[in-house]
Amino acid sequence: MTDRAEMLSRIRAALSTPAADEADADARADAARATVRDVLPPAGETFDEKLALFRLHSKDLKTDFHLLGGPDEIAARLKDLATAEGWKKIALHGGELTDPACAALGAELVRTDGPYDQAELEGCDAGVTRCDALVAQTGSVLVTSLSAGGRALTVLPPHHVVLARRDQLVGGLDEAFAMLAEKYADDWPSMISFITGPSRTGDIERILVLGAHGPKKLTVLCA
Amino acid sequence: MTTAAKQFKRQAAAITKDLRHRDLVETALTNYEASRDQKTGLFADWQGARDAAAAIKTQAIARLDEHIERLVKHLEARGTKVHFAADGAEACRIVKDIAAGHGVKAAVKSKSMTTEEIHLNDALAGAGVEVVESDLGEFIVQLRGEGPYHIVFPAMHLKRDEISRLFHDKLDSEETDSPEELTMIARRELRRRFCRADMGITGANFAVAETGMVAITENEGNARLTAALPKVMVTLLGIEKVVGRMADLALLWPMLASVGAGQLLSGYNTLYAGPRREGESDGPEEFHVVLLDNRRTALLADPELRDTLRCIRCGGCLNVCPIYRHVGGHTYGTTYSGPIGAVITPHLRGIAEFQHLSFASSLCGACGEICPVRIPLHRHMLTNRRRGAKVAGVWWQKLAFKMFNLVAGSRLLWKIITVGGRIGQVPHRLIAGSIIDPARCWTKTRKAPRFAKQSFKTWWRKRA
Repeated sequence: MTDRAEMLSRIRAALSTPAADEADADARADAARATVRDVLPPAGETFDEKLALFRLHSKDLKTDFHLLGGPDEIAARLKDLATAEGWKKIALHGGELTDPACAALGAELVRTDGPYDQAELEGCDAGVTRCDALVAQTGSVLVTSLSAGGRALTVLPPHHVVLARRDQLVGGLDEAFAMLAEKYADDWPSMISFITGPSRTGDIERILVLGAHGPKKLTVLCA
Repeated sequence: MTTAAKQFKRQAAAITKDLRHRDLVETALTNYEASRDQKTGLFADWQGARDAAAAIKTQAIARLDEHIERLVKHLEARGTKVHFAADGAEACRIVKDIAAGHGVKAAVKSKSMTTEEIHLNDALAGAGVEVVESDLGEFIVQLRGEGPYHIVFPAMHLKRDEISRLFHDKLDSEETDSPEELTMIARRELRRRFCRADMGITGANFAVAETGMVAITENEGNARLTAALPKVMVTLLGIEKVVGRMADLALLWPMLASVGAGQLLSGYNTLYAGPRREGESDGPEEFHVVLLDNRRTALLADPELRDTLRCIRCGGCLNVCPIYRHVGGHTYGTTYSGPIGAVITPHLRGIAEFQHLSFASSLCGACGEICPVRIPLHRHMLTNRRRGAKVAGVWWQKLAFKMFNLVAGSRLLWKIITVGGRIGQVPHRLIAGSIIDPARCWTKTRKAPRFAKQSFKTWWRKRA
């Protein structure tokens, strides 16, 4: 049996001869980290710039994104969706946006905050969650197992609806990581996921198909 | 010639003539190229991003011992069980023991080249555990009993009618020519398997030392399900995947996606910090991480080739390689194909057996040019050729180069040979490419180069 000590001693022995490009590896890596923002795709400075980027990427990714006037408009839009798609049963977790909006739908509700039945969740028409951030740079929705109803809610039902606040829109991935580090510090959720568009595959002749395993539709309602 | 080299030569000769195959590869990769260039074009400074990624990965490797120590410490602090495997056999044994400990009969797996490398599915099948590949492309090649054709696009070599027939035969589905319907057939079948799997197995694209997490990149959501539904989750992690900081992924994730698949960011980039914790409603009760060496420390101990451990397995070098595009992924007969496979396989599985792969290159340098972490792949092809000649050189090649050395070092011999060549090329034309042509291995598929009527020196003298 190989143990930690043995693995580490093999690695240390292997590293005992430095490679030519490693002379100032630390300094060069730190310099690289300082320039990351200047080399990456645009992240936006003002709210309007960030919004424009998030919109642009959402369109490309086939994420349905709507900027709305307030929680009431979110609830109304969710109701429209529920009617249009004929939702009978939806899954959600508790939150200031999710609770009131879902309660008004008149559909059967499955909650994944506490213990829940996997088959029940599997039978839901949609999953409604909040998020930790929206990332303008890539059009991503950031969720965690602690803040968005566990691991399965955001990926099992065929339609994932994210309810977000305007102030959750951040510029770059680097800002999202900084926000995570501040929010969770040493008390990390067991899963952190950057969701970028609905589930997709190109495995058959490189033709894009949505809903390979996860949600076929991703809707972001932001107010 | 070794068995592996013979197989490569035979298969390459057959497939380069296969126009259908070439068509398939060209269609798939032309679309990819357009979206890749569009996405790398969105970077404010793509070349600067490559420099930064190379610097970050170089440091990650230079401090690998510290990074692994921190990763393991953080993972264990949150209740993850970390195992260490010196080679593939040990890793397989560890996963089999975990499965046996939980009475696992059925497992689902998300796409992972590292598990392909150690043949984990076969090992588990031998222990009575049925493993289903959940990535669509991997599921297709698994049903066909093949290995993946490409490290990112496993079923790139198949057309929809073949997949439709395969599903019809194996899953009893209706035939269809719609990729969407085919995807839905697989989704339904695999969802059923997900719901009854006792164990989920994944690979990892990165691990973060600073926070103790493994990171998985995917598009379909199958890895998310693999990590959400079964009670036990096992992640096989090559030791070279560990990076220093979580924020390093802000650079590496978009680079992996743009070169790998022509996307700005892959569909799901997920970090796993441990098993389900207090306050969470689902997720695995147990999380195991298996750290795999399997001769990676041999590359690490090699200062000249250590930079190959920077590889993030994006597959970019395969896509641009003129050899890969003609001979296809299966011809290599190795887990890792294309330029990166040609460079690392001889060191993972023996240079005598696999040195021929470093000749599966035109040395055009396209691989080194696209590599997001700036691995000088084309230069390493030469490194491998040089080393291969030392340990397993062929006598007639050595003799030929000695002769060339002799001729090129003597004016008189050079003159005799070139004059002789000028005269000899006339009758040679009669037999060029035929079975009695001594230069047949060149001339059967190409024109023999022609000597000019006069040498440069003669022309220079006459011109005055």
